Parts: sequence; structure tokens; C-alpha cells
Amino acid sequence: MIKFENVTKIYPDETVVLQDVSFEIKEGEFVSIVGKSGAGKTTLVRLILGLETPASGQIFFQGKNVNETDSLEIQKIRRKVGGVYQDYKLLPNKTVYENVAYIMEVEGKEKEEIEVEVPKVLEIIGLKEKIDNFPKELSGGEQQRLAIARALINHPDIIIADEPTGNLDPYNTYEVISLLEKVNKAGKTVILLTHDREIINKLGKRVITIENGRVIRDEKEGRFII
Amino acid sequence: MKTAGLSETKKKGVLSYKTHQRITNLLLIYEFVHSHKIRNSLMFYMLTSFKRIFNFALQDFSRNKGISIAAIFVLVVTIMLVTGLLFFHGVSQFLISEIQDRIDITAYFKDGTQEQDILNVKDEILKMSPNIKAVEYVSKEQAMQAFQEKHKNNAVLEKALEEVGTNPFLPSLNITTNGDPAQYAEVSNVLQTANFSKFVEKVDFSQKKDTIEKVFSITSNINNFGIALSIIFIIVAILVVFNTIKLAVDSSKEEIGTMRIVGASDWFVRGPFIIQGAIYGFIAFIICLLLSALSAYILSPKITAVLPGFNTLGYFLSNIWILILIQLVFGIGVGIISSFIVIRKYLNV
Repeated sequence: MIKFENVTKIYPDETVVLQDVSFEIKEGEFVSIVGKSGAGKTTLVRLILGLETPASGQIFFQGKNVNETDSLEIQKIRRKVGGVYQDYKLLPNKTVYENVAYIMEVEGKEKEEIEVEVPKVLEIIGLKEKIDNFPKELSGGEQQRLAIARALINHPDIIIADEPTGNLDPYNTYEVISLLEKVNKAGKTVILLTHDREIINKLGKRVITIENGRVIRDEKEGRFII
Repeated sequence: MKTAGLSETKKKGVLSYKTHQRITNLLLIYEFVHSHKIRNSLMFYMLTSFKRIFNFALQDFSRNKGISIAAIFVLVVTIMLVTGLLFFHGVSQFLISEIQDRIDITAYFKDGTQEQDILNVKDEILKMSPNIKAVEYVSKEQAMQAFQEKHKNNAVLEKALEEVGTNPFLPSLNITTNGDPAQYAEVSNVLQTANFSKFVEKVDFSQKKDTIEKVFSITSNINNFGIALSIIFIIVAILVVFNTIKLAVDSSKEEIGTMRIVGASDWFVRGPFIIQGAIYGFIAFIICLLLSALSAYILSPKITAVLPGFNTLGYFLSNIWILILIQLVFGIGVGIISSFIVIRKYLNV
């Protein structure tokens, strides 16, 4: 589904963030990518979404070379990815409902469909009461649940969660992780990027460890060892 | 609705097994719905997108009142500045034409010049300079009559005229130019040609030549200066508007990034900002039109007192369409173009 081939990324100020990174993630996998802050995890996500171009190497999304596609194709790829981020990346001027609806509107879904599906997913995620609130009126946990609702609404092929629990307390952390597991069980590919040792050790899934921009370990039932 | 307390959030936080079950079901429903969905036509898709972009613009506009009001205010000031320049142009044109209308040339012909020769000169002047306002032939007798009419109550002058015995006046051509220095030169040239100069006694300018030249240089300076000043003002105004809109868009920088990440197309991201720019421009235009109508109405008598013959309200009404055009094009144009340029920077990701 996602394949990195000898990817090196150097930022304009000459810092080498990723060096010769290669791995493949298959459909339906739950993969954790671990590493210290600044190890290059977020850069990996930005590369998959075509927000950055690698200095060398290639990135494939469902067989398509991300850096050789036009902007229309990139938009299609981005719509297939449900993203959950540490800073939530919600739209501050839109309500809870509108934040989720926006994703469907981007795809050009019909109004009737949006009106049925958005309240449904918000109810499941436990935000039905807050449907008309703005993100700044929600707690951190609620904001992240909203982000997950948004990631799920368009029925993406893959969920990429970049430090989704970074700002959450243990309760909400557990909740988010078990949600991701659930989504994975329903057949979706999940990539979890984190530096939280406890989460990784509890999961017992495939772990790719990155240190100083290189993949130093890739284990089927990995543990957090840095 | 108020923000829930943290404890409440925690209580609701952990999802039950049942809830997880429902998520699984939901995902299955999605799968079904999406695979059976009949694709909309492109036309319908574009129409829906446009409607949504427009709604987003209205929503953002009303939710960011502070920024909206600031942007409209700056646009109003800018448009009023341009309107002021237009008004200033009208006043200076009025003044210039007032002065220029008073500039006449009188060519006196030698005593005994045939009327036909003088009329030939008149034709020649009109031929050389077809835009000349008027050339009036005044014969010896008409000049005498005009003199007598003017001084009929002055016994001394009447007496003096009687003493002379003959008609001392010379036939003449009164030439009214439109004040253009080129015409002035053309008329002089005609009068100086070999054929005609033998008839001409002298050429008199109702105002001194120096004065005329001064007026020409002042008016052309006013025009040049006005144009230069207008250009500088307009550039400054555009920069101010641009920066205000840049501030408005800058505050949405993160938002734009998010929209890109979820796969929104360029126009889906850009559209609301550009339409917002147009809304700013349109509201500013309405305000400016009302403001300028009101000030023209209120200031009209005062300006007429200073500039007799200049009707401010009349000037406003006779230029209403060009004014609307300028205000509308300027307001909406600057609004849209600023948004477009500013947002381009953030779309390059």
C-alpha cells in the first residue's frame, strides 16, 4: 500500500532528516513508527501526503509514485488518507459538525448524504452534544475524537496517526489507541507514529524504529527499544 | 452550548464495547453506501462546489467580524481617496477651462484692408485649426458702433470722436481659442504668413502673452502633478489594502494547511477567500457610494460659494456611472486580487 524506496530528505538548511529509508506497509496492517521527537517521523507523513519532495528515492501510494503525480492525483491520495495529528488540525472557524462535513464536501458528496452520515459518526464518537460548538470550546480529548471522526468520515483506505496522544491524558490516550485498533480490525491500514513506550509495548504489532533519520529496526511484534 | 468540564469529558471518555461494535457496523455501512453510489455528473459537482465555496465565504465573513470590518474600513478609505482624486480632477478641469475661456486673440487689420481679404484670413484660420471655438469678424463700422454704444454717456469721448472726423477704428478678427497652446501657435502662424502679414496691423492678446503662457504651464503642471500624485496615492492605497487582506488570510494559514492535507482542491481552498475579498469590496463600494452622494449633497452649496459656477452635486450626478464603475472595479478588484496573491503563497505546498 505504501512503499518507501531509499528515501532521503534534506531540508533547505542542509539538515538531513531521513537517510536511505526503505520499508513497505501492506494493506490492512497496523504499523507503529517510533522514534524520538525530531527523528523524522512527521517528515515521513508529509512525504506520503506529497507535502514534501524527497531529495532522492521514491514513495509509492497504492502503486502510484507520489512525486510524479499531478496536483489532482495528489488531492485524490490525500482524500484516501485519514489523518490524526497531535495538534488535531481542526478548522477553528467551523463547528464540530462543519469540520466533519467539510471532508465530505471536499469530495463533492451530496447534502442529503452528509446530513445523514455526519451526525451518525459524531454520535458514535461521543460528540453529538457538541455538534454546534467550535473546536476551541472542546477539551483536548474531545478535539482529538473530533479529529478521528473526521478521519473516518470519508471511509479512507488508511489512517495515519501522527502522535495522536501527544496532548492527551491516559484515559483519552487509551481511548484513541483502542479506536485505532478497532478501525484496523475493520480492515483499514493504520500507521501510528509515536514516542510513547507504553502504547507500543501494549500493542504488540509491527514496529519500525527510526533513529537519526535511519530505519534501525523493523520487527513483526516489536517493542519500544531506543 | 458551554464547554464541558474536564471531569465530564473523562466520564464520557472511555468507549464501551458496545460503542466499538457500532463503529465496526458503521464502517461496514460506509463500505456499502459508497460502493453503490452513482457518480454525480461533473456539472452538478461544480455547481455544488461553487455553492459550498460561497457559503464558506459568507460563514467566514460573519465569523471573523473584526477582520472583516477592518478590511472594509481600509477599502472604504482607499476608495474614498480615489473618489477624492476624481473630484479634484473635476475641480481642476473646471478651473482650467474657466481661465482658458477668457483667453482671446484679437488681430487688427490695417486701415483700408478689403473685407474679403479679412474673411480669407478667417477661413484660413478655421482651416488650419478646425477646433478653434470662434472667429468673429468685426468691421470698422461695427467697432465704431460698439465704441459709441459703450461710451454714449461720455460727452468728452464723443466730442473727441467728432473732432477726428473719420472712423479711427480698425477692422478686426476676435478669435476665441479653447486654451490649447497649440492652437495659439497655429493662429500666430497663419497671421504671420507672407500673404496675410501685409494686412495685419497688430495682434493683441486680451491678456498678456506672459500671463497666457503662465496659465498654460500652471495648468499642465497641475495635470502632471495630479497624475503623479494620484498614482502614488493609489499605489500606497493598494499596498495598505493588500496588507490588511494579507493579515486576514495569514490568520487562516493553519486552516489552509489543514484543508490541503485533507485533499481539498486549490479552488475549494482559495474560493472562499477570494469571494470574501469580493464581499469586502462590494460592501466598501456601497458605503463609499452613499458617502460620496451624501458629501456631494452637503458640500455642494459650500463649494459653489468658493467656486462660483461649479455645481458639486451636478458634477457628482453627471459622473455617477464612471464613479460607480471606478468604485466598484477598484473595491472588488483590489479585494479579489489581494486575496488571490496572498493565498497563492500558502497553496504552494
